[in-house]
Amino acid sequence: MRDARKGHCVETVFGSLWKYTKGGVQSISVNPKHYAFSNVFEVVSQSKPYERVAVGKNLKYVLEAVRSEGESPWYAADHDEAALIMDGEVEVHLIQPDKPAVPLGKEGAVKLAGEPKGKKMGWMKIRRGHLALLPKGAAYQFRGAAPGVVLLQSMQGDCTVEKWAQICQLR
Amino acid sequence: MIRENFNVSTVVPPQLRNKQGYQNFQIGQFRFERDEYFAQILYPGNRHIVPIETFLRALARDVAWGFFYGTVSFDAIFGTINRYGTVEMFIGLHNAAYRSAHKEYVETFASKDLRRVFDSMLADWTNQEFDPFAAPGETGTPYGRKHGDNLKAVDRERSAAKRMVGLPGDLKIRAGSDGLEVNRSFADVPQDQPELHPEPGFEDQVRAVNLFAHMSRSDTTWNPSVVSVVQDSLLCATTEEYVLPIIHGNDRVEWLVQLSDEIIWDIEDKITGMPACKLVMKAGDVAALPADIRHRGYAPKRSMVLVWENNDGTLPHRHAVGELTPYPVVF
Repeated sequence: MRDARKGHCVETVFGSLWKYTKGGVQSISVNPKHYAFSNVFEVVSQSKPYERVAVGKNLKYVLEAVRSEGESPWYAADHDEAALIMDGEVEVHLIQPDKPAVPLGKEGAVKLAGEPKGKKMGWMKIRRGHLALLPKGAAYQFRGAAPGVVLLQSMQGDCTVEKWAQICQLR
Repeated sequence: MIRENFNVSTVVPPQLRNKQGYQNFQIGQFRFERDEYFAQILYPGNRHIVPIETFLRALARDVAWGFFYGTVSFDAIFGTINRYGTVEMFIGLHNAAYRSAHKEYVETFASKDLRRVFDSMLADWTNQEFDPFAAPGETGTPYGRKHGDNLKAVDRERSAAKRMVGLPGDLKIRAGSDGLEVNRSFADVPQDQPELHPEPGFEDQVRAVNLFAHMSRSDTTWNPSVVSVVQDSLLCATTEEYVLPIIHGNDRVEWLVQLSDEIIWDIEDKITGMPACKLVMKAGDVAALPADIRHRGYAPKRSMVLVWENNDGTLPHRHAVGELTPYPVVF
């Protein structure tokens, strides 16, 4: 796209599952492992559908990279979560369970046994760049017709997968 | 080391304007003067000079962010350290040469007192055509004698969502109707909206926004704003172009998620300033910034970044006493 004021072409570079370029730590005097450097597209390209791989961890909080492909399990959390779509398109279906799906104070997302009984809250179709609220207490399911990449803001929990040595720059 | 502590900050009212038309400011034993090209920082026994554009860009962020997390260095010599209620203002404290020669100088002020002085200084020293938050290619210059002001630009507060941007009653999504047009460097960023299909009664909970479109309309650079909150976990969106106007030494671990384009970060030891590494961040890259470093970023093209912070107020102390490692994960 051409920037009319400046007369030059504008290209904003976003990555995708199929096309990304990874940077890195160029060490002078540090151990690159201390920077836990990874790339969400690379991580997701090696993930199973809906495996919630931690790419960021700040004590009890995490950022999880997720491959959205097909239908996910139903999840719920006793705190808000947020989903940022980094690539592709996904539907998010929400249900208000008849009874709490997650113990009070439980940290992180919990995988539910199946679709919970409750009131349908609605659904969203979100694409790259869209940020969606996953409200506290609501059960949610992702549905992706094609592989996509979701970055989840959450807390470390039973569903969080940590495999830092496999995803991070080691040297 | 010379260290002065003031339980009650000494704030001297600004004097009459100097011959270039600018007010001088004093707090404690620091005195600030500006001329056509420079900010001059006078302290007992010496003075430090900073180019005025460098100074105003850093000052604007220190003010807007309420002294931010940890250390905000305006350059290799001068800066502030947030102690959350008080602020240390220093010369050479995080400079190996000053430290080895015992030439560093520090005073402690009540945050509200230093904030008042910095607010006034920023308002008086910013001329009418200069916006310290804008990319250099999108604003005028700060140089010359006093001519007008730009209060609209310098009075910006750090915008922060309480739960998520775009929710009812929360931080408003940016829109052209508010005069926030898509930035020239993001002219190709899609402005489509999520499809929302809430059932009756759940309109406030089935919510999504186009965050990239929101970011494409930012009229500031290097100015993180909170867009999503999970307890103390804050996702802060920012658009970056040219050079981070401060050198940030955090008092906790923070993380970067590069959403678009590329930024190169210079990483140094937080105390000595010795170079540690370069971080090259491309779209999709995620990296931690350990709690024992300071950093400055360079963005050749305007880019989108998520800065991820942990707002837990106990963290600075827990890092300071060694309870927490500077690194977020061990593997």
